[in-house]
Amino acid sequence: MTHLDRDLPGGGAPAALTLSPDILGQFMPLFLWLDKRGRIRAMGPTLTKILGTEAIGTAYARHFVLRRARGHAPEGDPIGKARRIAVNLLRHPGFNLRGTAIEIVTGGGGGEDGTDTLVNLSFGIHLSEAVRFFGLTETDFAASDLAIEFLFMSEAKAAVLNELQALTRRLEDARRAAQNEALSDALTGLANRRAFDAALDRALKVLGRGGRRFALLHLDLDFFKQVNDTLGHAAGDAVLVQAAKVLSDETRRGDLVARVGGDEFMMILRGPINAERVEGFAKRLISRLEEPILHESELCRVSASIGAVIVGEKAGHDAVGLLAAADAALYASKHAGRGRCTVSEA
Amino acid sequence: MLGVVNKSIQSFLCNHHGSSVWREVVERIGIAPEGFEAMLDYEDRQTEVLLGAAETVLDISREALLEDIGAWLAMTESLRRLLRFGGADYLEFLFSLDDLQGRAMMALPGLELPELSLNGETQGRFTLVVSGWMPGWGAVMAGILRAMADDYGALVLIEASELQSRPGVGEERVSVCLLDMDHAEGRRFDLAGPAHEGSLSTERVTV
Repeated sequence: MTHLDRDLPGGGAPAALTLSPDILGQFMPLFLWLDKRGRIRAMGPTLTKILGTEAIGTAYARHFVLRRARGHAPEGDPIGKARRIAVNLLRHPGFNLRGTAIEIVTGGGGGEDGTDTLVNLSFGIHLSEAVRFFGLTETDFAASDLAIEFLFMSEAKAAVLNELQALTRRLEDARRAAQNEALSDALTGLANRRAFDAALDRALKVLGRGGRRFALLHLDLDFFKQVNDTLGHAAGDAVLVQAAKVLSDETRRGDLVARVGGDEFMMILRGPINAERVEGFAKRLISRLEEPILHESELCRVSASIGAVIVGEKAGHDAVGLLAAADAALYASKHAGRGRCTVSEA
Repeated sequence: MLGVVNKSIQSFLCNHHGSSVWREVVERIGIAPEGFEAMLDYEDRQTEVLLGAAETVLDISREALLEDIGAWLAMTESLRRLLRFGGADYLEFLFSLDDLQGRAMMALPGLELPELSLNGETQGRFTLVVSGWMPGWGAVMAGILRAMADDYGALVLIEASELQSRPGVGEERVSVCLLDMDHAEGRRFDLAGPAHEGSLSTERVTV
């Protein structure tokens, strides 16, 4: 019999409570009763399930590793010294249990009177793993134990988290899709490559049905890389935004300006088109783009090279061929020393 | 109302009745076939519209529809497991219904489940009082109680009575008569689920 004996604060008769290990086990399925030599005298049913009945009578240290113990003794009560302890299972070191160990006076049992220890243990945060590993059920926990609530919560939380992660994934996919389908360049607000390709296809279709000639211009900023490298990306971005503004200012409503790469722009010019007009337009653009741009007290200087193709009124133009022609003209301008325009006819 | 309610109805229609039924419902109410997101909020009106369309397409009463939804929900593995945490046997499960609203609030604070209270009467007879501001939870609970009885292997008689027809504060009652707790072998339930436990997402809707 385990014997709990305390003096009442009121100074009345000492109240004694005698509990059998069976009753104790119903309250505390993970209790452990050790004699003064540290041998297991009795334990709760759930602990028995884990250690096996053969553990009775064996030394506590054959089953547990004490990791920590912190004592606090109630004042004037030398016996009821309680310690908070943390232990590992020797055979399953992954499971940390924690609990309270308290010294008690026992009335016999094997003829040995003395100070025994009563320990009540609990699975900490590893509860789910322990339940799975040892095959525990509802009845292995005291009704007052919050273990089931803990298991419920961790499972409910996992379900909610899963649902949220799935939602985040779907939103991310939708965001990417929207970005892919977008027709404008986020930095400059100009049309992007996708919008430009569509516009060029449309222009060629209109031309094929008897539409007017148009000019295709490929513009590449000169010295942009130097600005980016020496003054930083923010300065580079400022240059791109300013360049976009210049191109928008100089073109007319029916024209199209697109940013198709880092510092590359494409334009479709409509209206009365001939080589001189295009050249004049290009020179005006280049001189405006050569105006220094002030960014955070630094002056950024760039120029531009342009390759232009005048797409005449004849059948059989294809977008790939025209783009290659514009690219070749641009290359010629770069090769000739930058800040120039080359015009070809197709 | 949190989208998980609409999403549950959607999953029920898709998985229990088939995607053609879902498409028909979608066309009637004019929403995208992807339907609802469990974790987003929707107007309460949407739920009413959705249920109305489902009733028409399936040609069943509101009460039967809601009861079917309840039963189907309780049979999805994730929800079945959460409900089984209520207790080791059906009687304990019934007693745990008092805490169901609290548990749901703990898991998902935005989920407004009705207040449930189980009143015991004579031997094995109980009345579940369902107080929600939206009518219909009584029928849903009746479906859940029925499915869970199968899950525990209990033999019960369940009758949804005094169901509300209009929104507003009111009570619905479900009577439960527990005839035999060990009528059949229940489905297995391990306290700890498999380490990679599936979620609501395993009942993902395919359209």
